[in-house]
Amino acid sequence: MPRKRLDLTFPPRQSLKPVIYHLVKDYDLVPNILRAQIHPAQEGRMVLEVTGTKESYAAGVAFLEGQGLTVSEAASDIVLDQEKCVDCGLCTAVCKPDALTLDPEAQTLVFDKDKCVYCEACVIACPRRAITLSF
Amino acid sequence: MAKTWEEINARIASGSAVVLTAEEFAAAAADEGVSAAARRVDVVTTGTYGPMCSSGVMINFGHSDPPIKMGEITLNDVPASGGLAAVDTYLGVTEPSRTRGIEYGGAHVIEDLLRGRAVRLRATGPGTDCYPRTEIDTWVTLEDLNQAYFFNPRNAYQNYAVAVNTTDQALYTYLGTLLPRLGNATYCSAGALSPLLNDPTYRTIGVGTRCFVAGAPGYVAWEGTQHNPHPDRDENGVPVRPAGTLAVIADLKQASPEFYSAATFTKYGVSSFMGIGVPIPVLDEDIAATLALTDADLTATIYDYGVQHRSRPSFGTVTYAQLRSGCIEVEGKQVPTGPISSLPVARRIAAELKRWVAEERFTLAPPLQQLPQVGSQSFKPLEVRTGEAI
Repeated sequence: MPRKRLDLTFPPRQSLKPVIYHLVKDYDLVPNILRAQIHPAQEGRMVLEVTGTKESYAAGVAFLEGQGLTVSEAASDIVLDQEKCVDCGLCTAVCKPDALTLDPEAQTLVFDKDKCVYCEACVIACPRRAITLSF
Repeated sequence: MAKTWEEINARIASGSAVVLTAEEFAAAAADEGVSAAARRVDVVTTGTYGPMCSSGVMINFGHSDPPIKMGEITLNDVPASGGLAAVDTYLGVTEPSRTRGIEYGGAHVIEDLLRGRAVRLRATGPGTDCYPRTEIDTWVTLEDLNQAYFFNPRNAYQNYAVAVNTTDQALYTYLGTLLPRLGNATYCSAGALSPLLNDPTYRTIGVGTRCFVAGAPGYVAWEGTQHNPHPDRDENGVPVRPAGTLAVIADLKQASPEFYSAATFTKYGVSSFMGIGVPIPVLDEDIAATLALTDADLTATIYDYGVQHRSRPSFGTVTYAQLRSGCIEVEGKQVPTGPISSLPVARRIAAELKRWVAEERFTLAPPLQQLPQVGSQSFKPLEVRTGEAI
């Protein structure tokens, strides 16, 4: 089943409605919240990965928009430029989900994108600017 | 079993020298014993590849027609020193660009030159009888330059700090992003491969030592700035804190971007990864014993970078083996670690230097003058004084 990443913006008054619950129950989508910053009465942001059929994905997005959320496909991707990387390992010190680790023997950088939550901490930590958000 | 420099150099010259990297030597010593390894092996090579801010290049541009006495000089908008003779300059790696700030600095200009790219040179001068031109705007490549050589006042720090942060805010430092509340620990040393950790009392490394500088054959020119032989040492005589340093010199035209990379530390500044390697002769068992030390034997001291003073509180020491495991314990808390110095490139440097010595007959030079030894000089702070107090 296709998997997509969405960037959701919650308007201030919408933030406490349980939209994720409805994505699961009414649209048969499997959501995985990568990042969320939602406070009452403030604009909120969420980066969400959803897995589901094309039809339920379209219906789910329409539902979110109907709830007043701004939905955009998170076009960004974290890209590691192997040519620029010098395997210093500094990014591993800020990668909380352990998507960036060092091989125990070779001490070379290993990037497991499945574990990445797109927090972008590595982007500013990398002294070689070898890790970028691509659009 | 003592060997002399001359005996070792004779074996290098005849192509019969036994050369191992420091990691290989430690494994050999564990296997056959330090004495046997000391007898069998002639030279041990070291390597390190970390950010070294006190680095830069001396350049001579040649004279234009009519000539100019360059005062204000920029290379790709990065200011270089105009305080030398007419067309000489020193470009420091940490100098930020006037237009791009710390995202492009002196280190990036040097990397561009090394990669064969043309760099825009702009300069102004006062206009004198002998140097009438007052402005110049041109492009230069590394090949065009008469001289371009690294002269790095402080490289290859003998050991370094482990940085942690006890505050509630992330800190952006030259040791990377330090997460709040002991969220991580960063460290910067090649450990068992590090040049000065393999010669802790500067017996064989001194002024005139032939070494590897960013892929070029170079020399130790002097003690490095901030060279301090005095910090606490462990039972093997190895410093557990930042101690000795080296000033090195080498031709930029013979260097390689494989062993030199520009770096930017967010909210801190520009620096450069500099590849340094020093060959160490296995003169006797004392030297062999230190060369055989591994990351499990070498320690570094943990400091709280959340305290913004010259003297930071310490949380004790850890071994490099613990640091490389990815997690250490600080104040009873499990803290994930991350290095800043690249071990894979340090290994490549030690291996390349081994090839130079073993195959290209790169002979060793005994020190023309020793680096300052324990007891020789004190390490002074800078006091803030007023004119009246003098």
